Amino acid sequence: MTAYTGRLAGPPRARGVGSRIAVSFGYALGLPMLLLVVWGLVATRGTSRFFPGPLTISEAFVDTWVGPAFVADVLPSLYRLGLGITASIVLGIAAGTVIGLVQWLRELLEPLLEFFRAIPPPVLIPVVMLLLGITDTMKVVVIVSGAVWPILLNTIEGVRATDSVMTETADSFRVTWWERLWFLVLPAASPRIMAGVRQALSVALILMVISEMFASSSGLGYRIAYFQRNYLIAEMWSGILLLGLVGVFLAVVFGLVERRVLRWYHGIREVNRA
Amino acid sequence: MPDRNNLLRVEHLRKVYEATTGDVEAIGDISFTMDAGELVCIVGPSGCGKTTLLKCLAGLLRPTGGVVEMDGSPVTGPSPAMAVVFQEYGRSLYPWLTVRGNVELPLRHKKLSRAERDKLVGDALEAVGLAHAARSHPWQLSGGMQQRVAIARAVAYQPEVLIMDEPFAAVDAQTRADLEDLVRELHRSRRISILFVTHDIDESVYLGQRVLVLSKSPTWVQEDLAIDLPPERDQITTRALPRFTELRTHVYDQIQRAKRGQAVAPQSAR
Amino acid sequence: MRVLTPRRLRAVRKAVLGVVGLAGFLAVWQLIPTLGLINSQYLPYVTDVLARLFEESVDLAFWRRLGTTMTSWAIGLTVATVAAVVLGTVVGLVPVLRRATHTIVEFLRPIPSVALIPLAVLMFGIQRQAALVIIVYASFWQVFVQVIYGVADVDAVARDTARSFGLTRREQLSHLVLPTALPYLMTGLRLAAAVALILAITAEMVIGNPGLGRMIELSRSAGDAVGLYALVVVTGLLGLAVNLVFRFVERRVLSWHQSVRGEEAR
Repeated sequence: MTAYTGRLAGPPRARGVGSRIAVSFGYALGLPMLLLVVWGLVATRGTSRFFPGPLTISEAFVDTWVGPAFVADVLPSLYRLGLGITASIVLGIAAGTVIGLVQWLRELLEPLLEFFRAIPPPVLIPVVMLLLGITDTMKVVVIVSGAVWPILLNTIEGVRATDSVMTETADSFRVTWWERLWFLVLPAASPRIMAGVRQALSVALILMVISEMFASSSGLGYRIAYFQRNYLIAEMWSGILLLGLVGVFLAVVFGLVERRVLRWYHGIREVNRA
Repeated sequence: MPDRNNLLRVEHLRKVYEATTGDVEAIGDISFTMDAGELVCIVGPSGCGKTTLLKCLAGLLRPTGGVVEMDGSPVTGPSPAMAVVFQEYGRSLYPWLTVRGNVELPLRHKKLSRAERDKLVGDALEAVGLAHAARSHPWQLSGGMQQRVAIARAVAYQPEVLIMDEPFAAVDAQTRADLEDLVRELHRSRRISILFVTHDIDESVYLGQRVLVLSKSPTWVQEDLAIDLPPERDQITTRALPRFTELRTHVYDQIQRAKRGQAVAPQSAR
Repeated sequence: MRVLTPRRLRAVRKAVLGVVGLAGFLAVWQLIPTLGLINSQYLPYVTDVLARLFEESVDLAFWRRLGTTMTSWAIGLTVATVAAVVLGTVVGLVPVLRRATHTIVEFLRPIPSVALIPLAVLMFGIQRQAALVIIVYASFWQVFVQVIYGVADVDAVARDTARSFGLTRREQLSHLVLPTALPYLMTGLRLAAAVALILAITAEMVIGNPGLGRMIELSRSAGDAVGLYALVVVTGLLGLAVNLVFRFVERRVLSWHQSVRGEEAR
């Protein structure tokens, strides 16, 4: 064991950049490719009605989603999703900051907020439907009513836990209220806030799909449920695939934003680990 | 001796903390004055309420009794005439701001032009030898350099008195010597008044023009000692002077007495 | 002021404010339909909802439905946890596997589990198995990801120490990997428990297998607002209970661990 360590710790062998990239690619795409091929082979000889092969699904994907359906179903879904997420973030951070800063308000609302967070978000769909009817607003409100809680509660926690020395520093230099909010409270809470946003994204996506399955005549969720009811299996799979892509897209965008916003945070952690 | 030159005047300062187990008297009765341009060190046994005293002076804590006066007017909250350098640089610098951003932050609400502000920041970073690191983040720097950033921030704020709370307790010995010389240098070249709180006896004697020795809690000023070392000091020759040894032995004895609680409180200060 | 110490005073104040908040919320809820701001058909009186809650609580059929939902929850959570711990440990301990599976994990994880509802219905119809597919899929990732992090988080110095003392693989696993990964596992489990409950109820709402979720959907389609609101309150209480239980378990299991001790010290 020790003998190997000695050799590994030596200067890295000069290997071409090209081959290193190739290895990375191999790792990133190797297993997915392999699985796709296996899946394809199994599907060609298998007889399972519910698991069409990757080629069939990709054909169905192009036929179903490229074209007018994109405008009719995908865009409205994404629009509602985007609106819901934005509203949740704005509302969650604004309310969370106020509640986090004002102690009596926090104590007043804490049990209530705990309760609201504990309600499984999809349960609110029938309630919002009852209150607002089956409208676009209702779907956005449904998304907000579920996605706002993780952001709100994380913001409250983050704002409340502002470091005492940092606060005293701001006090001693007589930093103004707005400067304090912008340069101390919000950045200090940002790791918690981002963790909340990450949770909110997956909740929002779930609620978008279900609210459309429940009460809609357009949108991704509606389409997928429609395909299932009509036994359009490959089309249904293509819808699942598209939802997966939307999920991946959200995760990637979030990752980029998070890396930018929390660069300092990850930097510190890296320094501490070294 | 009533003195017009008094920059900072502390009279019968008292601080009592309320706690579940009963009230704790942290500071008994502290009185002293400090003139403009002085470098005064405060030492005391550990747990003697140095930090409490400092927070009361800086207007971060409300004293239970007594007066703190700055330039003749009472201190009721954080004053623009004071800047604090905290011991925990890691928590006092904001990790999401660059070095520059940290130094600049307290200047934002001062009505300064962009150019003036830039000049103050650049000048302060220059003074602590960190002009090259302005765009780094604090956590990318060593502990000693981080504390330099905190000092630069305080200097750029242009206070009348710089209050330092055990600023070098968390850095290694060599860095510490460099930072001590930086403080001496800032004091001499910029005529900044400095109130330096420490638990290190050598440090207090090496740095100070005066050393205030505190008693154990509830605290009072046990001795106000003038340090009659030459103003030109350096780590090797000054610390080798017989007078330095005498002074540090004296302070050391005082602290030992303070720890044992042998010193007797004065009946009334002044 | 002398009688109550500041800390006691704060605790009392906190409790009182919490109760006031709750009471205020109920009062506002009651006032809105009373003043006619929202028709009581859409937002029923809080008194009616509470009365219905009481009625349900003495109804055996209600408890049976609740039991059905919680059974799905428990089965789904167990299956997902076992699968995630086994797979997560293997993948987390073998760097080659970790790299190779990264893409797949990153693609599969963000797929909203509810997207699989149509598939589950096709495969199993209106039965518990269909709900279980959704529950297991969603809660699996919560545990899996945490286990991978946890297993890979073993301190380098601790690992070297273990090696230098010649600990066997099995010893390393139980003395080094397990204690390191345990806090992560507990976090994953707590998150998974909440997610599993959400999906157990959601699946019943959308698929229509028996349980609380289906009752919610039935109340809605029947226009029974009082029943609907009462059930929403029930699910909230259920969620609260799951959170509390798992937080308590987490705290007990990890009482030795820094993160928990730190939390308590605050």
